[in-house]
Amino acid sequence: MDVLTDNFSLYAEGFLGTVQLTFFSSLLALALGFLMAAFRVAPVASLRAIGTTWVTVLRNTPLTLLFFAVLLGLPRFGLVLPFAVFAVIALGCYTSAFICEALRSGINTVPTGQGEAARSLGMNFGQTLSFVVLPQAFRTVIPPIGSTLIALAKNSAIAGAFSVTELLGTYKTLSELGYNIVWTFVWIAVGYLIITLSISALFNVLEKRYGVAR
Amino acid sequence: MNDSTALYDIPGPRTLRRHRLYGVISALAILALIGWILYLLFDTGQFAAEKWSPFEYKGIQELLLRGLGNTLKAFAYAAVLSLVLGSVLACGRLSDHRPVRWTATLLVEFFRAMPVLVMIFFIFVALKVQPLPALVAGLTLYNGSVLAEVFRAGVNSVDRGQREAAYALGMRKTQVMTHVLAPQAVRAMLPAIISQLVVALKDTSLGYLITYEEFLHAGKLIASNLDYSLPFIPVVMVISPIYIGMCMLLSWFATWVARRQRRNPKTEAVDIAPAEPGTLLPGDPTATGRK
Repeated sequence: MDVLTDNFSLYAEGFLGTVQLTFFSSLLALALGFLMAAFRVAPVASLRAIGTTWVTVLRNTPLTLLFFAVLLGLPRFGLVLPFAVFAVIALGCYTSAFICEALRSGINTVPTGQGEAARSLGMNFGQTLSFVVLPQAFRTVIPPIGSTLIALAKNSAIAGAFSVTELLGTYKTLSELGYNIVWTFVWIAVGYLIITLSISALFNVLEKRYGVAR
Repeated sequence: MNDSTALYDIPGPRTLRRHRLYGVISALAILALIGWILYLLFDTGQFAAEKWSPFEYKGIQELLLRGLGNTLKAFAYAAVLSLVLGSVLACGRLSDHRPVRWTATLLVEFFRAMPVLVMIFFIFVALKVQPLPALVAGLTLYNGSVLAEVFRAGVNSVDRGQREAAYALGMRKTQVMTHVLAPQAVRAMLPAIISQLVVALKDTSLGYLITYEEFLHAGKLIASNLDYSLPFIPVVMVISPIYIGMCMLLSWFATWVARRQRRNPKTEAVDIAPAEPGTLLPGDPTATGRK
């Protein structure tokens, strides 16, 4: 118990690090994922090809390899940023592939008749998208996005091994200080549980509020 | 694909021309991006012969191959063990005894909520295990719990009539499970199982972080070699296609199995059959909605 009370600031720092990493990577992943999903359902063949390549490659890339390439590789091109930013880029790009697939399958669940009806009412592309298709897609997309973001929070642990301040990384300092290693990990586990459970609670609320039973 | 989306109509000749224009523009943009990356690579001298020379040495080729072998070894152990653990936990979750069910549920939920890396580090650091067993154990615990859920969903997706018919024939609980439910469940769940194995294969790269001498570790050793002026980018360019290629092969295998099953009359029969008796039965709307 005193592992936590003695080192509360260290834990808090790591916890905040993980939360920040998760938050900014989710923003990047959502934005990139949306863009790629738009590419994948676009009528333009070359955009579709870009989207498909992005998703296939990133979904099959081990995240450690991506971290390895981004954090140690990009500086070779003279791009020097803090490691936390590199970690956000790696995590965001990796997760965007999964977000893209979730969004795309959400858009595909909207029946063709909905779009046809909207167009026959005289709506243009933007109106069809924003009033008819996206609101319906949004509802089916909530649970898969939620589980993707939970996976993102868990994956952020890898950043700790590449010397970014986050929750898992605190174990090193604590074990050097000679604290009981098992309890150190118990509190790290509790921290991760808090983060993943709150994301899942948030998405449960969203689903209750907006989701529909199909 | 175009005619199955709600987003737009089948384009006419003028729209087609506009789409083609967009296509050319975006293709040009992508080509420019690729060209810029190539320019950067050449500009920083990544294609210098000196940086690529290490790959000519037998020792370094062997080092890479040994790393690849270690990766595949960890994957094989983790895959087999997580399938075993998954079926054990799934049996626990489907058990009729409440304490067993609760224990299994608790284990599955806990290990699914934990980052794999935390488990691997815990086993490696706190329990002071060798890297390979630590990696395999961590992967097994995580993927086993996910697979348990997959198995359970599979068993539950088998039509209720199958179970009832089997009980009516006088089969025991174990017989019903092994002869009737499990075979059908595995067939329906095979794509999901293989996709989970892709995750396991990808996660073997976490062994790099606990100094397990796998593929990435071998790459790191070569990349940090000062004799060849730190050939980091060449190493990444050699390693990542192999790593990504392996995962892609396995993913494609999963989609291939899924596609093949959709055509398979046996599984199709499972899909279609419940609709009719389901509608005849009063109540229980879930029976008809099942796949």
